[in-house]
Amino acid sequence: MTLVQALLRSPVVAALTSPHGVDRYLELVNPMWAVNEIRARVVRVEPETHAGAPVATLTLQPTGSWPGHLAGQYVQLGVEIDGVRHIRCFSVSSPASGRGGRITITVRANPDGVVSSYLVGRARPGLVVHLSRAAGAFTVPEPPPRQLLFISGGSGITPVMSMVRTLLRRGYGGTITFLHYSRSPAHQIFAGELAALPPNVHVHLVHPRQGGRRLTPAELSRLMPGYRDVDTWACGPAGLIERIQDAYAGSDRLRVEYFRPPAVRGPAGGEVIFTRAGATVATVPNSGATLLEQAEAAGLAPTFGCRMGICLSCTSHKTEGVVRNVRTGEESRQPDEDIRICVSAPVGTCAVEIPVPSR
Amino acid sequence: MTTSPVTSARPAAPSRFTTRARPPAPARSTPPTRPVMLTAEQLAAFGAELDAIRQRIIDDLGEKDAAYIRRVVRAQRAFEAAGRALFYLPPAWPLAVASLSVSKILDNMEIGHNVLHGQYDWMGDPDLNSRGYEWDTVCPSGQWKYSHNYIHHTYTNIVGRDRDLGYGLLRMGEEQRWEPRCLGNPLYAFLLMLLFEWGVLLHDLEVDRIVTGERTWADTRPLHRGMLRKVRNQTLKDYVLFPLLTGPRLLPTLAGDALANLVRNVWAFTIIFCGHFPTGVATFCEEETRDESRAHWYYRQLLGSANITGGRLFHVMTGNLSHQIEHHLFPDVPARRYPEIAAEVREICRRYGLPYNTGRLSRQFFSVEKKIFRFALPPAEKTTGPTRTAAAHRMADRVRGIRRQREKFVGTATVSRRVV
Repeated sequence: MTLVQALLRSPVVAALTSPHGVDRYLELVNPMWAVNEIRARVVRVEPETHAGAPVATLTLQPTGSWPGHLAGQYVQLGVEIDGVRHIRCFSVSSPASGRGGRITITVRANPDGVVSSYLVGRARPGLVVHLSRAAGAFTVPEPPPRQLLFISGGSGITPVMSMVRTLLRRGYGGTITFLHYSRSPAHQIFAGELAALPPNVHVHLVHPRQGGRRLTPAELSRLMPGYRDVDTWACGPAGLIERIQDAYAGSDRLRVEYFRPPAVRGPAGGEVIFTRAGATVATVPNSGATLLEQAEAAGLAPTFGCRMGICLSCTSHKTEGVVRNVRTGEESRQPDEDIRICVSAPVGTCAVEIPVPSR
Repeated sequence: MTTSPVTSARPAAPSRFTTRARPPAPARSTPPTRPVMLTAEQLAAFGAELDAIRQRIIDDLGEKDAAYIRRVVRAQRAFEAAGRALFYLPPAWPLAVASLSVSKILDNMEIGHNVLHGQYDWMGDPDLNSRGYEWDTVCPSGQWKYSHNYIHHTYTNIVGRDRDLGYGLLRMGEEQRWEPRCLGNPLYAFLLMLLFEWGVLLHDLEVDRIVTGERTWADTRPLHRGMLRKVRNQTLKDYVLFPLLTGPRLLPTLAGDALANLVRNVWAFTIIFCGHFPTGVATFCEEETRDESRAHWYYRQLLGSANITGGRLFHVMTGNLSHQIEHHLFPDVPARRYPEIAAEVREICRRYGLPYNTGRLSRQFFSVEKKIFRFALPPAEKTTGPTRTAAAHRMADRVRGIRRQREKFVGTATVSRRVV
């Protein structure tokens, strides 16, 4: 099989299948045959919770081209719904995988989310989805520290669960403190597994809406004295992450993962000019929001994917002006450059050529 | 997909265009220079009707369109694989060539041309996206998109702007000044037909403008790398690797690959020339298209294009460019929708008294050939001798005069339609 793989990857096969590439032919024979691209077949869909928006875990069997992932990393998953491919990022919830290894993602069906609703409610075994390589630096270093603190909120539990599962699978002997916030016990994902964790994992499930204590520096100190010197991983909604960041201000032990970039805005002021094929299609006062949001507010429909600066679907050409990356705060003032409009907010007047899909 | 509603009708034939009461119908039996008149209100209403068709189709795009293009892709890849494989079977050589020809035609026309127009960008599939698609022909898709999607589709049939009007090589209208080299018109057209993919490749170099000094060779330098890479990939595959792979059948395979490319060249040339050069298709000057409204743009696209009638399979094999009119009105709407749109467009044209140029392939092609031969010769008044240049100048003045007259109508959006 590896010989076949090596052959299919050879420059001769690439030349023979030019300009389309070998995967364009293999996929027609079997969608699970791929050399360069990664796809996966859904093999199981298991409901996790039913309270509020339902949650399900999907088990995916990737193609042999899947290089594996580290615990805590995410993938971009593409799924076709009514002929349109939608791409979203999901943290892998299963432990670290190797080449071609099975993985799971755990998805909460956001009522407004086309993709999450589809995956939870309509995906059936046999469905083939598109995957990116796993990415993200939200991982535990080698060798893992003896003391670990995980803090998660809602479905932010998924990458943390991948880390805990991976550590336990390889017989981690240190201490893990696992602090998780959710609405109610009925909303709790992985409740059974969390209850059965070994004694070196101290689990604290907190439900602030039902009287549980909110996250504060004092509360953190109570659960984990000297927490600012403990290696900590946090994943959850932006509000929770912001409180954790405040609690760790000045400490370099905190690593965070967002579902969405925080709502950092550029300064308002000036104008944003959107063009297509060189012709102005809209001119709006700069509100300070990202260019993607401003374009959408102006009634345009630019192409987008992850909306968090990862997938490059929204890449557009800035012809003039300064933009600020809302994730890093970095400003870019080159006159002609390609930018990701989902994470770029204009600083003052800015002109952008946007690829508008025909729908 | 609905069946093609089009039947043969000549725009110049008076009785075919019976007009309903609303817009004043121009008399059809008058000389061919008679302008087609629409008031500003009529023009706006005409544009709104076309906008409505577009919106309706765009709103309806979905699973069926995605499934269709994927089916065509599957068929193309199957024809390609079958063609390559059949070269190992000596008696099946003609079948191999036919299969490979069909593959290249489907790849270039129904898939490549249409995908590169962004017709399937809404699917979000990177393999069917105008940004990334590459086709089985020597011209790099990125370069073609500039000259075709932007220049040709924006400035359709505007003399001096649309480089597809004669491709800087042929004289296809009286607005182009006659020179002695125009006598080679039929020969150039014939060579372009045989070598069409190479013509498309070199189109962006604008060699004619380098000859006249409007452009320098250095200006073309950014294009060279992409061109060479694509030419290398295409020739390596068709003329080296696949022939070598058939071992002792190297030469028949080489000849077969060349023939398949030739078949595609002749077919693509034929269909494309029938889309813009049959008798009755109008050309425009820059002045009359300045500050053009969207409705006027529709109007120009309609008058500047011609359809070919045929069956469903024929339409697929032309990449639905047999619906050149619908394609020019809605270049980014999936081409499989053109046949269903065509019936409505035609009905709208009938109501507004506008021509809708369509006909059998043989008729349209004959009409194109006639034009190629006719414009090889100098204008009628003065054909030879030392005064030839002066005659050409007089002709140009006369054309300018006509244009000035036309400009008077521009305010009410009127374009004269000269039938040559």
